[in-house]
Amino acid sequence: MSAVRRGKPVLPGFGLALGFTVTYLGLVVLIPLSTIFVKSAGLGWSGLLAAATTPRVLASYRLSLVASLAAALISAVFGLVVAWVLARYRFPGRRFVDAFVDLPFALPTAVAGLTLTTLYAPSGWIGSLLAPLGIKVAFTPLGIVLALTFIGLPFVVRTLQPVLEDLEIEVEEAAASLGASRWHTFRRVLLPAIRPALLTGFTLAFARAVGEYGSVVFISGNMPLRTEIAPLLIMTKLEQFDYAGAAAIAVVLLLASFALLVAINLQAIGRRRAASARGTT
Amino acid sequence: MVRRLLIGTALGFLALFLALPLAAVVTHALGDGVPAYLRALRDPDTLAAVRLTLLTAAIAVPLNLTFGLAAAWAITKFAFPGKQLLVALIDLPLTVSPVICGMAFVLLFGAQGWFGSWLSDHDLKVVFAVPGIVLATLFVTFPFVARELIPLMQEQGTEEEEAAVVLGASGWQTFRRVTLPNIKWGLLYGVIVCSARAMGEFGAVSVVSGHIRGVTNTVPLHVEILYNEYHLAAAFAAASLLALLALVTLAMQSLVEWQGRRRGEST
Repeated sequence: MSAVRRGKPVLPGFGLALGFTVTYLGLVVLIPLSTIFVKSAGLGWSGLLAAATTPRVLASYRLSLVASLAAALISAVFGLVVAWVLARYRFPGRRFVDAFVDLPFALPTAVAGLTLTTLYAPSGWIGSLLAPLGIKVAFTPLGIVLALTFIGLPFVVRTLQPVLEDLEIEVEEAAASLGASRWHTFRRVLLPAIRPALLTGFTLAFARAVGEYGSVVFISGNMPLRTEIAPLLIMTKLEQFDYAGAAAIAVVLLLASFALLVAINLQAIGRRRAASARGTT
Repeated sequence: MVRRLLIGTALGFLALFLALPLAAVVTHALGDGVPAYLRALRDPDTLAAVRLTLLTAAIAVPLNLTFGLAAAWAITKFAFPGKQLLVALIDLPLTVSPVICGMAFVLLFGAQGWFGSWLSDHDLKVVFAVPGIVLATLFVTFPFVARELIPLMQEQGTEEEEAAVVLGASGWQTFRRVTLPNIKWGLLYGVIVCSARAMGEFGAVSVVSGHIRGVTNTVPLHVEILYNEYHLAAAFAAASLLALLALVTLAMQSLVEWQGRRRGEST
């Protein structure tokens, strides 16, 4: 980063750019979001608490939380494997696979939801294979975890890839020359180095999963207390014109979003600082 | 040995999770045969949905592009208090559930909303009409161009622009002749990602649209309606359009990345 001068900036356009940016941000994002807080404030504290903690609502939080955690974990594990393979090995079709990893990112959530449901329904390609084993995927929490894993995968892979590619081979070679086994090297040398990126990828996948709607609404079956995630419950309340109830749940989710946003940004700052301390940026 | 196991696991996982769904889309779309597939695509409601989807993207993407450029310019070329907060706020739409985003606009412009009575007095409709869909899409795709440009312009620093200013270029000249050429691949990448997301958005648009066939249905919403009415092949036909869009997006992304790398830029 070049030196920053105090006082009048050399480059023009600061006022215009910043003004436009803040105005746009306020109009498109901040003001709309504030309506939710205002609406739920209309319920008063006790009303808000009551609306946000009915058994059905609590069940939806629990399901969203647990399913998102599970999905983010699975994404993290397999995402690490995929990122590792893409960053460190050469094999035919590698470039194609690399581009393909972004598919859940590029594919509209409705298509993902529709397709996963059809695949894993009892009559689907995979569902029919699992049914004799007694495993039901579609219209169960398992299906929800599946859909959430699908959409979280690119976050993990894309966060890990640059870090894995930047790892200095000398450290591994030193470990090997000192007699460490490959697993030992992985656990003690590599894993700590990629842990921040892994955590960030996990958090991004988790944050995305908690709010996810499109991919889940098809496969979940929306059964209250069983397969109804929080965003789905909000949608149901909106359709019933229970705006206040919907706002109450939305406030809880928004607070969770803010918390995750803070976590993600703090992680990013920490990683940048660590990188510049190491001498690489 | 470990190598082969890892590659096998990775590819197997990807095949199961990514390739198989794509194959399913194609198979189910053509499930009733090719003529039925083409008929489903030519259905007037489907065409209206495609038109609306394209219109929404055509409005939302340039607006967010302008925002992305302005935000990246302010954030990467200057230092000011609260910069970190601004960056975090730009990321906000990424963590907010699309349903909540749609709801916010309903609360703002719906019949009971803050502007509800003003809008009905002037006989304007935002919610359950096209403007609402555009606004919801705007919110959801808000960060994409900015997030792409900020790290890129951060890395490029300010020396070239400062040199241009010192040599007498005006602000706009500097921006057009110095900054833009440097960021063009990152910009293109951001526009591609933003467009793809704009055309595929489902949750937020679902809340504001009212699902009025032929009028306020985008292609993703149309897919849902067809699915709920058990027209599975038709639903997959519409979905296949979106899947095709996704593949084209991926291809263009790789192309841009490759080009950017060739010219020494990172995306």
